[in-house]
Amino acid sequence: MKDLTQQILNGDIRSIARAISIVENNAPLKEPLLDELYPFCGKAMIWGITGAPGAGKSTLLDRIIAAEREQQRRVAVIAVDPTSPFTGGAILGDRLRMQRHALDSGVFIRSMASRGYLGGIAGATRDVIKVFDAAGYDLIIIETIGVGQSEVEVVSLADMILLVLVPGLGDEIQALKAGIMEIGDIFIINKKDREGAVKLKTEVEYVLRFKNESSAPPNPVIMTAATLNEGIAEVIAAAEQYFQYLTDSGQLEQRRRQRLRQEFYDIVLTKIQQVVENHYNLTQKVERLVELVVEHHEKPYALIEKHLNSILKEIEQR
Amino acid sequence: MPKSTELIKKQQQWENSTLKKVLDRNPERKAEFTTGSWLPAERVALPRITTDEEYLNKLGFPGEYPFTRGVQATMYRGRFWTMRQYAGFGTAEESNSRYKYLLSQGQTGLSIAFDLPTQIGYDSDDARSLGEVGKVGVAIDTLKDMEILFDGIPLDKVSTSMTINAPAAILLAMYLAVAEKQGVSKGQLNGTIQNDILKEYIARGTYIFPPKPSLRLITNIFEYCSREVPKWNTISISGYHIREAGSTAIQEVAFTLADGIAYVQAALNAGLDLDSFADRLSFFFNAHNDLLEEVAKFRAARRMWAKIMKEKFGATNPKTMMLRFHTQTAGSTLTAQQPDNNIVRVTIQTLAAVFGGTQSLHTNSRDEALALPSEESVRIALRTQQIVAYESGVTNTVDPLAGSYYVEDLTDKIEAGVWQYLEQIEKLGGMVAAIETGFIQKEIQEAAYRYQQEIENGQRIVVGVNQFVIPEEPPSHLLKVDAELQRIQIAKLAKVKSERNQEAVKQKLAAIRQAALSPDQNLMPPILDAVREYATLGEICNVLRDVFGEYQESIVL
Amino acid sequence: MNKKLRILIAKPGLDGHDRGAKYVARALKDAGYEVIYTGIRQSPEAIAQTAIQEDVDFVGLSLLSGAHNELFPRVVQLLREKQASDIIVFGGGVIPESDMPFLKEQGIAAIFTPGTSIAAIIEFIEANRPRVSH
Repeated sequence: MKDLTQQILNGDIRSIARAISIVENNAPLKEPLLDELYPFCGKAMIWGITGAPGAGKSTLLDRIIAAEREQQRRVAVIAVDPTSPFTGGAILGDRLRMQRHALDSGVFIRSMASRGYLGGIAGATRDVIKVFDAAGYDLIIIETIGVGQSEVEVVSLADMILLVLVPGLGDEIQALKAGIMEIGDIFIINKKDREGAVKLKTEVEYVLRFKNESSAPPNPVIMTAATLNEGIAEVIAAAEQYFQYLTDSGQLEQRRRQRLRQEFYDIVLTKIQQVVENHYNLTQKVERLVELVVEHHEKPYALIEKHLNSILKEIEQR
Repeated sequence: MPKSTELIKKQQQWENSTLKKVLDRNPERKAEFTTGSWLPAERVALPRITTDEEYLNKLGFPGEYPFTRGVQATMYRGRFWTMRQYAGFGTAEESNSRYKYLLSQGQTGLSIAFDLPTQIGYDSDDARSLGEVGKVGVAIDTLKDMEILFDGIPLDKVSTSMTINAPAAILLAMYLAVAEKQGVSKGQLNGTIQNDILKEYIARGTYIFPPKPSLRLITNIFEYCSREVPKWNTISISGYHIREAGSTAIQEVAFTLADGIAYVQAALNAGLDLDSFADRLSFFFNAHNDLLEEVAKFRAARRMWAKIMKEKFGATNPKTMMLRFHTQTAGSTLTAQQPDNNIVRVTIQTLAAVFGGTQSLHTNSRDEALALPSEESVRIALRTQQIVAYESGVTNTVDPLAGSYYVEDLTDKIEAGVWQYLEQIEKLGGMVAAIETGFIQKEIQEAAYRYQQEIENGQRIVVGVNQFVIPEEPPSHLLKVDAELQRIQIAKLAKVKSERNQEAVKQKLAAIRQAALSPDQNLMPPILDAVREYATLGEICNVLRDVFGEYQESIVL
Repeated sequence: MNKKLRILIAKPGLDGHDRGAKYVARALKDAGYEVIYTGIRQSPEAIAQTAIQEDVDFVGLSLLSGAHNELFPRVVQLLREKQASDIIVFGGGVIPESDMPFLKEQGIAAIFTPGTSIAAIIEFIEANRPRVSH
């Protein structure tokens, strides 16, 4: 394993890919490997990019990669599709629009589907970030295909979030209402040549007025036309400036610490859950409780309380 | 149109007596009967057109609005469709001799197949061309290849169709330059370039530039040809490949007409006068297996285009309302198993095209699911057309299936389905937007998936594939392109490059760049200047790539 | 639980006929695999690199232009050069019987021609599961 760690630190593509699979498969090697890599983490800048399907995220991302490469930054992309059913298969087609970077050794793109990961797909993504970080990528970008609950969870693993909106999808207002505005740092109005783009920008700026504190710089709202490669430089400039602000103001540190805190909660709870499931055959027990409630009209809360106590007692005795 | 109430009553009586008795004894083979594209097929169709007024509105007379019955008054009583076999492979020399053979066999028009590097604007010596040179068509790098391709073929005597899209302007320019050398004036030239970029984004994949500059190239060609090459068909708006990608009949018509609308709109936006280009638009459809549905499809498409041109674009000249079309039999229906069965499939599809009133036809060869067609197979395919034309008798009357209750019913159903799609596409902001969001591709994929699933689970029978299977020997005598060919073609290209006037090439390429940068300029004249100096296809495309950028595939799986 | 197999469906060469590739991609997804699709016009280099980054178990190549003898072996060779010869490569498309011995010899594990049922492809993948489950 020391070997694998060393290969990853050297930036060996195959080893990085393998390590990600180890994370994805939750292989026994996962935990020691991540611990070995951990001291080498923390250098990368982590961006999240999200927006409704059809907003042009992948195309935009493709342009951002190109621009970052011009500055010699090594870029890793995690394209996450959390919508696939847990047990079924998945088609991961998001990298398609970034395929022209396939031959660039400074770009690594990895597609991930949800697989019923222990700890959710966010947990797995978090670990994949560590692999890329240790491997020396300067910029790690998490891309999600939509703006649902689990997407927000995944994208929130980033230091900074780019939210892509587009006029004419009919869902922009909904997005504003759904509270997704809360998570965005940089707002991108893509397809600016479309009707309604300016109006959308005004609306976004209006909503942001209520969000911004007076001391912070306002969240940038940038208009782009990704397919025409317009506005990309502005996005990069705004993102870098904002990142600088996050760093200088101590917010970056705060966010990272909050993430670590969340990670610990997640891991501890997941492990407890695992123990309970493994040792107490929870599935079967729950089945019996359901039966008691349905067939014998027992009271759910009282019932659970009783069983919970017995489980906790057993744990204590172990 | 409603059936008469009297008839409906009689039908119910029949259903309750005669039909019921039979069904009680012998249930039908299936619970539900549909066409190949899942339109409900009526057990017994009844007349729906009950008055003269309805007849005139929906069908009219051949050669008159709404052209349901055909675009010419006499159709095949006047002359047969153009029998045009798509051919081309290997080097220009080899293709040239295949064309001469086909013309000697009674073929009446040429149809040029280009290899993929040519279609995507790469020279034969480009790394990306590896393995592809001369494979699916002829390799053209410079005017030199085009001169060889048409050597000994008088361009004032043949009509030539070229399957070329993204770099259509360049290949057309080469054709014009060959004509010049033969002493044939542009006004005498007859032919078609496919020049239909939107369906490349949707289904065929040989795009280069993004939609906006691509549409500009297309309108440049419209404008140039209306002045200089008046008999040229400047575009062949193609549903063929949409259908090959697995669409339904309705989708084929809907997306093709939507493409047509987008081109007309683009030309009008560029300031062209409708009458200056609209009569040069032509179409290209697929002839699939469900004979009667296909006939209905062609008739519906014709009726709808006339209506669209008249009502949406305010056309007044009947010529601009006519949907003239080329047909190719459906390649995707050919099977590698028991390949001779394909001759029968092609015959049915040929009948569909002829009943549907096509202006020209390519019939596929039986061995195309295996490899490039052999000479013998191509001849059988051509003979199939000739037998239908000369022996079957179906050409003696115009639009022979008109008035078939079933065909008229299907024609109406297809039309209704197509209008629905057209409305939806308009809501999405037009065809370009609908393609960019992946809507069109998604719709086709769904149909393709369903079709294939039906074959997988045996719901749809393909003879020789999932039923009536026999053990087979691998076929012999297949035509293969020599692997050495790429090397030969590259050597030829190197020679042309070393013998041309380098300074002139540089200047002409610079002039193309200049023109590309100014949206108001027509790109045809500088491209023609450059090909005359033997600038390569790749060189010209690279200049345009540099200015226009490249399209990136957008699919939703 | 069985390891989740990852499969790359790729289109080398220049042909844009992706009906078959998309069908196979989707059908394999429905069969429970994780499928990554590259889109059309991919160079062998890009396909090999993608296969490695995505750490797939199989690469399925689809080609209808006739350039398979040049492009399929190139993908296998590149995977070997990158120490990834454990990734199993199979192919599909209009491929004459007479080319198959050559392709097999070049390391293409299986060739599926038009008319092949998806069940046959799944059978092939499952038969090779032990080889890729490391």
